[in-house]
Amino acid sequence: MAGPQIVMYEEEFNQIQEVCEKLVKDANAIVVFIIDKNGQLIATAGEYENLDTTSLASLTAGNIAATGGMAKVLKENEFATQFHEGEHQNIHIQIVGQRVILVVIFDERSSLGLVRLRVRKASQSLTEIFERLVEKMQDPNMAAPLEEITDDDIDNLFND
Amino acid sequence: MSFINYSSREINCKIVYYGPGLCGKTTNLQYVYNRTNPDAKGKMISLATETERTLFFDFLPLSLGEIRGFKTRFHLYTVPGQVFYDASRKLILKGVDGVVFVADSQISRMEANIESLENLRDNLQEQGYDLDKLPYVVQYNKRDLPTVADLTEMREVLNTTHVPDFEAVATNGTGVFDTLKAVAKLVLTELKKGS
Ligand SMILES: Nc1nc2c(ncn2[C@@H]2O[C@H](COP(=O)(O)OP(=O)(O)OP(=O)(O)O)[C@@H](O)[C@H]2O)c(=O)[nH]1
Ligand SMILES: [Mg+2]
Repeated sequence: MAGPQIVMYEEEFNQIQEVCEKLVKDANAIVVFIIDKNGQLIATAGEYENLDTTSLASLTAGNIAATGGMAKVLKENEFATQFHEGEHQNIHIQIVGQRVILVVIFDERSSLGLVRLRVRKASQSLTEIFERLVEKMQDPNMAAPLEEITDDDIDNLFND
Repeated sequence: MSFINYSSREINCKIVYYGPGLCGKTTNLQYVYNRTNPDAKGKMISLATETERTLFFDFLPLSLGEIRGFKTRFHLYTVPGQVFYDASRKLILKGVDGVVFVADSQISRMEANIESLENLRDNLQEQGYDLDKLPYVVQYNKRDLPTVADLTEMREVLNTTHVPDFEAVATNGTGVFDTLKAVAKLVLTELKKGS
């Protein structure tokens, strides 16, 4: 038993990507990305070429996990929103539908108010998309996607 | 919790290195990091104290190659071994696909090994995992030291379920990749079964 897995399909991926790209524009953001709570990157949009998004994703997930742990100690529900203000850049972190994390990085060309507003709208769209995705994942016809992989395939991966 | 992306054709899995304080978890990751091609790895992140004890986690993203057109990516994490960081350990176990238990072979650390292994079982159980059903391997580290416990003895105490196990000297890399490959293989085999 290796916990339930997340599966991402082309259709939903494109929809999620679209939401991210729209959010970059609407919020005047530098970068928008979505990760799952384990720190796996799901989608990225904006000027991310020079950004170590893998590191950011795992650190954000760690941060959310730690904050979630604090909430538990305080017998709170999770803290759904976080905001970190830097000298030049700011990070807005939002938990969406209790399952994924939406991160927006922005600078003085935008404002916290605008980001908040646009994040709220994007969250609604994302929640709907992820609900559909979860339904799809539970469809038995869609499940066990890696069945065709053989033991030899796995062995070959390690024979170098 | 593995993440399979059909759009980018990627399989992502999470492997956690667990074990008592100073057993060599971080050293395992550092060795893997130093011996991997730049294009197959990302940056290694260590959230550590000033004395280089792991404070929250180490993180190393690693690509292992392709299977049937899917890129396989492994996210390696270590937990902080010190007893009082238990809350952090629980967080890092979330969504785990495979576990490496790193034991410290020094006789003086046998108690600590046993305690840590029990702690691993408890913390997994708390999140609905059963160690006996999870891809899992054991590593007996620090075999180079003069005061190590007998291997048969360590096996009897720390590997009662007879999972794959390896002797290691993480500082010079002995056994490090064997351990990693074994757990990665178990994880992929489990994925194939369709959990
Ligand atoms: N002799 C010897 N020393 C080792 C070996 N592996 C690790 N060490 C040393 O043991 C010390 C602790 O190693 P770490 O990798 O930081 O231990 P850790 O398990 O990450 O410890 P925590 O972060 O506190 O949980 C370091 O000084 C390492 O160089 C080994 O195989 N042989
Ligand atoms: Mg460490």
